[in-house]
Amino acid sequence: MSPALPRRVAPSTPRARSVLPGVRLTLGFTVAYLLFLVIIPLSTLFVRTARLGWGGFLEAATSPRAIAAYRLSVGASVTAALVNGVFGLLVAWVLTRYRFTGKSIADALVDLPFALPTAVAGVALTTLYSQNGLIGALFAPHGIKIAFTPLGITVALTFIGLPFVVRSVQPVLETLPREIEEVAATLGADRWQTFRRVILPALTPALVAGVSLSFARAIGEYGSVVFISGNMPGRTEIAPLLIMSKLEQYDYAGATAIAVVMLLLSAVILIGAGLVQRRAAKRAA
Amino acid sequence: MKTLKTIARLTLALTLIAPIGGTAAAQDKVTLLNVSYDPTRELYKEINARFAQVWKQRTGQDVEIKQSHGGSGAQARAVIDGLEADVVTLGLAYDIDEIAQRGKTLPADWQKKLPHNSTPFASTVAFVVRKGNPKGIKDWNDLIRPDVQVITANPKTSGGARWNYLGAWGYALQKNKGSEAAAREFVGKLYKNVPVLDAGARGSTTTFVERGIGDVLIAWENEALLSVKQLGPDKFDIVIPSVSILAEPPVAVNEVVAQKHGTTKVARAYLEFLYTDAAQGIAAKHYFRPTGPRSLAKYGGDFPKVPQFTIDQVFGGWAKAQKTHFADGGVFDQIYSTAGK
Repeated sequence: MSPALPRRVAPSTPRARSVLPGVRLTLGFTVAYLLFLVIIPLSTLFVRTARLGWGGFLEAATSPRAIAAYRLSVGASVTAALVNGVFGLLVAWVLTRYRFTGKSIADALVDLPFALPTAVAGVALTTLYSQNGLIGALFAPHGIKIAFTPLGITVALTFIGLPFVVRSVQPVLETLPREIEEVAATLGADRWQTFRRVILPALTPALVAGVSLSFARAIGEYGSVVFISGNMPGRTEIAPLLIMSKLEQYDYAGATAIAVVMLLLSAVILIGAGLVQRRAAKRAA
Repeated sequence: MKTLKTIARLTLALTLIAPIGGTAAAQDKVTLLNVSYDPTRELYKEINARFAQVWKQRTGQDVEIKQSHGGSGAQARAVIDGLEADVVTLGLAYDIDEIAQRGKTLPADWQKKLPHNSTPFASTVAFVVRKGNPKGIKDWNDLIRPDVQVITANPKTSGGARWNYLGAWGYALQKNKGSEAAAREFVGKLYKNVPVLDAGARGSTTTFVERGIGDVLIAWENEALLSVKQLGPDKFDIVIPSVSILAEPPVAVNEVVAQKHGTTKVARAYLEFLYTDAAQGIAAKHYFRPTGPRSLAKYGGDFPKVPQFTIDQVFGGWAKAQKTHFADGGVFDQIYSTAGK
């Protein structure tokens, strides 16, 4: 039993005639597309940074403020992605397995963070979670501040990342036959065992994919976070804000230095997630 | 495939025709692009309509002025990167200096081309407080009281907020006989009272007005008057400090681009028009202070008198102020690196 996985089928040998027409054309198009939209823009990043020289790069990329910003950005993004991993799975589960009134509305709501301009989301979240806001006021008496703290940043990043997990996991859950749960039960597995040993392994590749997408979205997020973060230097300054602040000084090279570090950090984390995903996929198969 | 080719041909044809069409139409109609900063949208909308009438009367030519607005620094970067502005009207001279230096589309001495540092209308830095001024805030030194929370934007990301910072610094210098150390301590204390540093001036207005955070908002006078009028005269008061900074949002013809467009003459006339009584009256209506002495007498009556120092007098110009205070590792960063410890 191999559940549908969001991974491509292993390519056949190159000489075998493909079923699809226009292989060369589509391949050429893909390469050109990636070249103009991804590879060239990203390489100019490295070219611009190279102008700084090694010493200048280290100075711009490793200042205490920059380090504090990386720590905050990566920390909040990882936390938000993991929170989404847990609760996104839950939401996907509820949406695929249960029937209830308003289900289609709930299902549509999940996509809202995709569609909403991030600045709108940021302003709305800040209004709700600041000490005088509807939700913030509930926490303020207990000494918990949400807006203008790292916690608030995590809330905003969780918001924008939610759809990625739900929409990655949902299709897999839908195609997972319920019979295997019944089989597990007849073989004597309790419900927790069924979930942990049968369902979760099948879901893991999709879940990891969703969590890494959620992370990737969060790490570069600027629009919604600037409103809720409060932007206090060294405390709630995310790396993208630092980049903006460098650009305000026309320090293009310094800005790209930070961007390069962010890019490399994200690449390492995403590659790590990819490896986990591949291993999980093999085990599930 | 066929449609693709058709599209490609069409695009090619359009790119070839477009510039020709542009010059042909230039005889009876001319277009200017005014790249400006955020809070001038309504102001220039009104001025542009008036200028179009004046220009039509004077030359018989129709002029359409397109507007582009955004953060002052972001707008300047767009012009440097090739946004074809015929004129730039930004929040601070530093941003136009950078266009001159990096984009090389206007001369380094651009600010000498028009009267009053090329600033047709100015503003000053003022305070917005809650109605009735419950904390009794009257002047800059009230902002460092431990019981006062101050809202202002981050001067590293907001050009407008840089004027706020410099206003506080200039006040402290005057109070302490020019002592830099005293000014640094004063500004340090002031920013300790700031709970949120929004990225832009509009953001801090929202924080103060919508979220009810803070006792006083430091803002440009024109923005302060506008937000009080729009958001509730019954909720806020404006306080003018004993002394403040003359906030000069300057204007310039982006000469190389204007020459290329053949719009130099009309662009110049447009900026000169900003100094006429008609335009100064519109500016005053939008809460900017007129700079011409005649217009000031005519329209300046609504503005409370406040002694103002200029950035050139106190800080030796923008280039120096920027480097000392707002560059990485500058005084503003030092305030936070010591505050954080």
